Amino acid sequence: MNKKTQERIAFSILTFTAMLVVIPTLLIIGYIFVKGIGMINWEFLTAMPRKGMTEGGIYPAIIGTLYLVLGTVLFALPLGIGSAIYLTEYAKQGILSRLIRLAILNLAGVPSVVYGLFGLGLFVLFLGFGSSILAGSLTLACLILPIVITASEEALKSVPQSYREASLALGATKWQTIQKVVLPHATPGITTGAILGIGRAAGETAPILLTVAAFFLPRLPKSFFDQAMVLPYHLYIISTQVPNMPEEIKYGTALVLLGIVGVFFMIATTIRIKFKMDNRA
Amino acid sequence: MADTTMEIKKKRKSLNKNMKNSMGEFVIEKVIFVLGMTSIAIIALIFLFLFRTGIRLFDDIALKDFLFGEFWFPISVNSQYGILPLVAGSVMVTLGAVFISVPLGIGSAIFIAEVAPPKTKTVLKVIIEFLSAIPSVVLGFLGIVILSSWVRVTFNISSGFTILTGSILVSFMALPTIISISDDALNALPKEYREASLALGATRWETILYALVPAASSGIIAAVMLGIGRAVGETMTVMMVTGNAAQIPGSFLVSGRTMTATIAAEMGDTVRNGTHYHALFAVGIVLLAMTSFINLIADFVLSRAKKEGR
Repeated sequence: MNKKTQERIAFSILTFTAMLVVIPTLLIIGYIFVKGIGMINWEFLTAMPRKGMTEGGIYPAIIGTLYLVLGTVLFALPLGIGSAIYLTEYAKQGILSRLIRLAILNLAGVPSVVYGLFGLGLFVLFLGFGSSILAGSLTLACLILPIVITASEEALKSVPQSYREASLALGATKWQTIQKVVLPHATPGITTGAILGIGRAAGETAPILLTVAAFFLPRLPKSFFDQAMVLPYHLYIISTQVPNMPEEIKYGTALVLLGIVGVFFMIATTIRIKFKMDNRA
Repeated sequence: MADTTMEIKKKRKSLNKNMKNSMGEFVIEKVIFVLGMTSIAIIALIFLFLFRTGIRLFDDIALKDFLFGEFWFPISVNSQYGILPLVAGSVMVTLGAVFISVPLGIGSAIFIAEVAPPKTKTVLKVIIEFLSAIPSVVLGFLGIVILSSWVRVTFNISSGFTILTGSILVSFMALPTIISISDDALNALPKEYREASLALGATRWETILYALVPAASSGIIAAVMLGIGRAVGETMTVMMVTGNAAQIPGSFLVSGRTMTATIAAEMGDTVRNGTHYHALFAVGIVLLAMTSFINLIADFVLSRAKKEGR
């Protein structure tokens, strides 16, 4: 067999493997979209579930998810960005920064259900928050922290050193430099990380199963200390625990969830691609 | 005269301002330092809270019976808490997922890094990243409505809720990790490797096979390890499609139950601070130990790869 044919065969196989990953992904998205789009109407999005969830809408689950995501961001952003600033601007290379990096890496690898156990142990029981949006937000904040830190760190690192030097040379203090020069330039990257984290938080199920989720609660949460229905958990419940659940409600719920996550993902990707182009120009 | 007093006043003011500035700087530096420590604090708290609760299982159950017990019957009269069937379930699902995702993942990564034209490359990367963003419960749902019946019909078995069904879905959750980290490893290689090999008359394929993949092997191994870590920790999809029979699975075509699914499924039925409750935390400890170990190896391989690169 000559070398060219060999190469052609090898490349065809490589193309095929890539297609085996990409085509099912597109099919998954397309299938959920086609089967679910018929269900999406104003009533489905804004009505309370009725008759053991087999009728009506998923309004409380949508609102619950938004509250939960909001809470998560409120905790994760300051912690994550602060950690990244420490790592890039203040920390000296040494055992401590090595330890922090190891901790971040480990956090990224902790299974989501273990975060659930941790949240249950610390926030729900030990601190007495009960099953609540607060406990769930704190748990999810820990879960997305590695994403936020890593993205922010990369964004901060991409700010040229000369910017910092110029600002310091003008007599600005270190914090003034970070606040007025470094952070504004790193904002797109940090935003991307934050949005990716939000998307992740919106789709997670196992941690909220143990810390927030209510099986069926046909009203809106009153405060951050309240339990709530949440979309991913709701989808789990209606697709495994409720008999005679109409198919289209399941697909509709899956589509809404995928849509929320997808919108966050699109925004993050657009910002990133645009930012990359701006940097190149 | 008046001028000099003015000047002195001005100087004092700016001195004060400097003092205030440096005080502010000091406080901010401390605050940032504390924020920097969050990750360490959280990982320590995770270990602390898992151990604190999980360890109490051994007031009631011998460690040996937990680690080597072959039966997980938490709610029968003679309850037994042997973790072996759960470990076996996790290992089987992961093994199946590795068989699928490693060849597909490495193949796709090579295609994206070396073969695909730039436009295709960008599109493929976005799609694969989106795959990692799809909530696991959505995949689990599709697993229930589509994949399980496909498995049932294809293999002519009575139920489609099997280890294999779980493996297929989990492999799709591990793929983005494997692909993006392998792709990074290939992209990080110096341009000279490629050029030297091509200049020697090797085809692009020979260059990939004999120069690039061996040079990026540490990164690719780390990618696989991290993918395995993802697979072991995956919860919702496996819980929804593997049938959840707590037995030591003899093949890929029977039902099984993973450690993750056990925790998520049973926690709701437990009595706080009962033996079952403690047992689930103990399962969490074993799970955490496994994933930490896998991730540490991956980190070790990756950092070694970085040193070699230098």
